[in-house]
Amino acid sequence: MENKELEKLQIEDTQYITNLSPRYKSRKPYSPALPGEVISFIPGTIVEILVETGSQVKSGDDLMILEAMKMKNRVKSQISGVVKKIDVNPGDRVTKGTLLMEIG
Amino acid sequence: MALEKKIRELKEKREKMLLGGGEEAIGKQKAMGKNTARERIMAILDDGSFSEYDMFVTHDARDFGMEKKHLPSDGVVIGTGTINGSPVAIFAQDFTVAGGSLGLMHSRKITKIMDHALKMRIPLIGINDSGGARIQEGVNSLAGYGEIFFRNTISSGVIPQISVILGPCAGGAVYSPALTDFVFVVENISKMFITGPEVIKTVLGEEISMEDLGGARVHCEVTGNAHFFATNEEECFRQIKKLISLIPRNNSLKAEPVEVKLPDPLYDIEKIVPGDPTLPYDVKDIIRAVTDGSDFFEIQELWAKNMVIGFGRIGGNTVGFVANQPLEMAGVLDVDSSDKAARFIRYCDAFNIPIVTLVDLPGYLPGIDQEHAGVIRHGAKVLYAYSEATVPKITVIIRKAYGGGYIAMSSRHLRADFVFAWPTAEIAVMGPEGAANIIFRKEITSAENPDEMRRQKVEEYKEKFANPYVAASRGYVDSVIEPSETRKLLLHALEVSADKDVQMPSKKHGLPPF
Repeated sequence: MENKELEKLQIEDTQYITNLSPRYKSRKPYSPALPGEVISFIPGTIVEILVETGSQVKSGDDLMILEAMKMKNRVKSQISGVVKKIDVNPGDRVTKGTLLMEIG
Repeated sequence: MALEKKIRELKEKREKMLLGGGEEAIGKQKAMGKNTARERIMAILDDGSFSEYDMFVTHDARDFGMEKKHLPSDGVVIGTGTINGSPVAIFAQDFTVAGGSLGLMHSRKITKIMDHALKMRIPLIGINDSGGARIQEGVNSLAGYGEIFFRNTISSGVIPQISVILGPCAGGAVYSPALTDFVFVVENISKMFITGPEVIKTVLGEEISMEDLGGARVHCEVTGNAHFFATNEEECFRQIKKLISLIPRNNSLKAEPVEVKLPDPLYDIEKIVPGDPTLPYDVKDIIRAVTDGSDFFEIQELWAKNMVIGFGRIGGNTVGFVANQPLEMAGVLDVDSSDKAARFIRYCDAFNIPIVTLVDLPGYLPGIDQEHAGVIRHGAKVLYAYSEATVPKITVIIRKAYGGGYIAMSSRHLRADFVFAWPTAEIAVMGPEGAANIIFRKEITSAENPDEMRRQKVEEYKEKFANPYVAASRGYVDSVIEPSETRKLLLHALEVSADKDVQMPSKKHGLPPF
């Protein structure tokens, strides 16, 4: 068997010579969720932003309205702090997992 | 005289119906590389065997101008016929008639042939080519889909159900194929999705072509929703006929045996597997070395390639192969390969097809993405499917059978009926490197030369445990065999287990992890 174009895959402490699947090659590196990062939980459109950069917010405060599947969802802050940066504008369409706002 | 006139009248009526949506629509269909509904049926069935039902059925919708529209055969052709002399029921949606849209009478024709197939215990083949629900018929159209899904489910495991996607199959309509046993697709013709490119663009602003979203290749390589890929309709029809020849007509029968053929001597079973367990080989070569005529009919060839599944014949009888593929991802079990194997095992069990399992895997694929994708639940499906299966289960351990992977791959402990191991088998709790690093950690770290000590201990472990004899000494392996004896012993095992009878505890149904 010609092994030239094959790659290595480590399982436990052993390296195997094999082909790697597209799914394996395109897996995303893991990054832990940070409570100050507000991430879209559903794809949709930003209808309104209810705070400004520098605003003081408490945990549970409404930050913006994200319309998805004909529902207007209130995006709430997970922590208390100051709005450091707003990464989207009203009218923006966002996919799931987009960074919307940073709170510190 | 009167009779002649009546017959002429019938012929005229038929001819009108046979034109479907008319010449212009047929021209459009042809331009897309597509056959018409009746041509497709004729191409799949034995010549002259098709008997059509309900040719004159029409809708009686009265809203939105529907009362003025005549839709020949209401956009779907149904009937029965034979494939290689064996009866099947078939329906084909006719895209040339109102885009093959599904209204009440259209759905009633489909459910009529489904009921017929179930009652007669014959396979059902459904050819999907439809724009979706006939919106003008409103909730009646939804009712139609629901009635189809219900029958797909009730017939599941009783008669073979085959879906052929030869055009669009979008929205709720895709759930009928998803509930059936095998899905056939053709490049550039098949399109399957829940929400199409237009909706995705409106809602998300993401642009994607129909082919990239839900084309034949996507469903064969990425989603695993389709089982057979073809580049044109004729190739697809050949695949369908071949599948039908390999499986039984219903769940109370066995697949029809055919004349025995020897494997092609080109596949020399002693020369396929490298001695070093970290080096790959193509497990399909081993399958071809043991099957009649070296003929292996692979299922889901392009998806989760680390698990190979499909049908072959041994001694003239159909068997289902489940095999780890060292050539792809070292043959690991992961989310997709577990799902693929488990479903196929249950198929074989439902239709009285013995299962031959070829084992060579390092275990489960490590990784955050796998854990978060639910590899626990998906991996459990394999344990469930093998444990529950009461058809003959024959296991051949080729090389590595480590840890949880050993247990999952039709081990004695899940009630394999025959467990054979090649002398190259390594049946152990884990690979020698990993095991030595754990068991001899102290010796290795405190040694003057840890690398040398590790090498020594790995060798020691290999010598003692990386073999089939520990498992054989407990009876977990019935027999350690020479590779060249494999086909002979498979033939023997199939002969011995031909009338296998196992009674499971009575229950309404189990709760497999899906």
